[in-house]
Amino acid sequence: MRLGPKSTTLLVLAALIALTPVFFPSSFYYRVGSLIFINGLAVTGMVILIGYAGQISLGHAGFAGIGAYSCALMPVHWGVPVLLAAVLGALISAALAWLVGRPILRLKGYYLAVATLGFGILVYMVLMNEAWLTGGPDGTAVPDSGLRDMAKAIGINLKNSEFWYWFCGIVLTIGAWLALNLHDSPTGRALRALHGSEIAARTVGVDVAKYKLQAFVISAVYASVAGSLVALQNQFVTPDIAGYMHSIEWVTMTVLGGAGSVLGAIFGAGILTLLPQVLTRFAEYEQLLLGLIMMLVMIFMRDGLLPQVLRLIRGKDQ
Amino acid sequence: MSELLQFLFSGLTVGAVYALVALGFTIIYNASDVVNFAQGEFVMLGGMLTVSAYAAGLPLPLAALIAIVVTAGIGVALNKLAIEPARGAPVVSLIIITIGASIFLRGAAQVLFGKQIHRFPSFSGDTPLRIGGATILPQSLWVMAGGIAVFIALYLFFTRTLTGKAVLATSNNRLAAQLVGINTNWVMTLSFALSAAIGALAGVLITPITNTSYDVGIALALKGFAAAMLGGMGNPKGALVGGILLGIIEALTAGYLSSQYKDAAAFVIILLVLFFLPQGLFGARHTERV
Repeated sequence: MRLGPKSTTLLVLAALIALTPVFFPSSFYYRVGSLIFINGLAVTGMVILIGYAGQISLGHAGFAGIGAYSCALMPVHWGVPVLLAAVLGALISAALAWLVGRPILRLKGYYLAVATLGFGILVYMVLMNEAWLTGGPDGTAVPDSGLRDMAKAIGINLKNSEFWYWFCGIVLTIGAWLALNLHDSPTGRALRALHGSEIAARTVGVDVAKYKLQAFVISAVYASVAGSLVALQNQFVTPDIAGYMHSIEWVTMTVLGGAGSVLGAIFGAGILTLLPQVLTRFAEYEQLLLGLIMMLVMIFMRDGLLPQVLRLIRGKDQ
Repeated sequence: MSELLQFLFSGLTVGAVYALVALGFTIIYNASDVVNFAQGEFVMLGGMLTVSAYAAGLPLPLAALIAIVVTAGIGVALNKLAIEPARGAPVVSLIIITIGASIFLRGAAQVLFGKQIHRFPSFSGDTPLRIGGATILPQSLWVMAGGIAVFIALYLFFTRTLTGKAVLATSNNRLAAQLVGINTNWVMTLSFALSAAIGALAGVLITPITNTSYDVGIALALKGFAAAMLGGMGNPKGALVGGILLGIIEALTAGYLSSQYKDAAAFVIILLVLFFLPQGLFGARHTERV
């Protein structure tokens, strides 16, 4: 049996998630792993927006902030169960993305970048300043989700870091599966068409505004779920999750790995999440490196790292 | 009344800085169609380099001059190393490149100058002048005078000199400019140098009032962009008016509404302008050619 590219991608991803822990010397690595998966999830959403639809957002961390703070605030203030709060957070993010996306997405290029950046910073500002609700810059606690106890109840007894490794890994796999399905669906084709040329897409009857908005809303939901996962795992959240640098990091991960492919972008998320862990001694050079990577990738490898590497390997085969 | 005047003074002061940043945006945008998100870092560099040169014992005017020249050099390097090699790349790539440049410069400043807040003394002392019941710092007058001087100098440069006209020709139609013998690559280099120098000058002028640190650039870039958009992207007069308007709106927001959300004013303006007035106050309508 021959596997299609979609199944291959999913199998590679699942195999990486399942097999990597064999090499983990300590539980700390599970934590880094779950961090990679959470970033990978958000970046998968960015692939839909940047890679499929060719739009940019410099404010997606704002949606992550909404997802995270939903998990923190709703259970405390309205008695909503934590998991339901995560779902509601995703719905709020979707609604908000739809609301701001409609006017914003008429814009192109620079204007879109600045409008989304402004949106993200507004969310961040509210989280910082409304201390009576959000705890301000010090952050706020998130109630226990009870997910691990549920797993225990069905006989899966894992350490905290291990549990979140597997849980985030599963969520990422589902997210990647959905994104890959979208790629070959009529919506995905419409998105890629308008990426190529909006005018050409419109001429053949693609409702450009509608599809751009869809991509924006879907990617906002991915970011929101990623934010919720961070909150649930850490049981604590600070406004930094909605910060400008966080949005930029996600864009960088996306283009570093290759915005056009889900696996590539997750690969990019892996590299950029590992980098600060490996270079702890060079922590002060982190921003310098991030900026350098952004410039170099965009100048020399516009398709991203993974497609470039694959091309090299295939080139040698021939 | 004196309260309003006080807010207007502070609005005009920051507004002049936003106008300078917006002018920097405008020059590069006109020459190359690139929006340089690293524009705010030029302001940061102007202030920071002056701080270092001054701390090294140089007299303040010389320190400022060195800072402006070095920043202009960094602007040229940015063009040569990052923008020129990516000529013809999609807008999304150019956005990521200039944002990468801004984070790179910010990271470099953090390594070189540390995370603390820096300052150097005002040019003409710190005794406030009283005008109509409100007070204004002498340094504020320096900032406003600097803004006006740059605007006039640019106006003369673009209308009276051959080089300035070459820049305008390039911004109108790059290919046609090349055909009549204008070295458009050189025009690009000049634009980046000019724009970086103007940004650095803004940094030199404002630092005695607001102080500076490695991370002030991004907020300034955004506000400068908001100002440029408010006035109409690519229009120098618009950049000036937009900058001053934004400064005043921000000062009034801080004074009458909430000082915590004064920074939000710029973003709300960005969004409102984008939705209701996409061409800005002075911008020309344009249609996309296929």
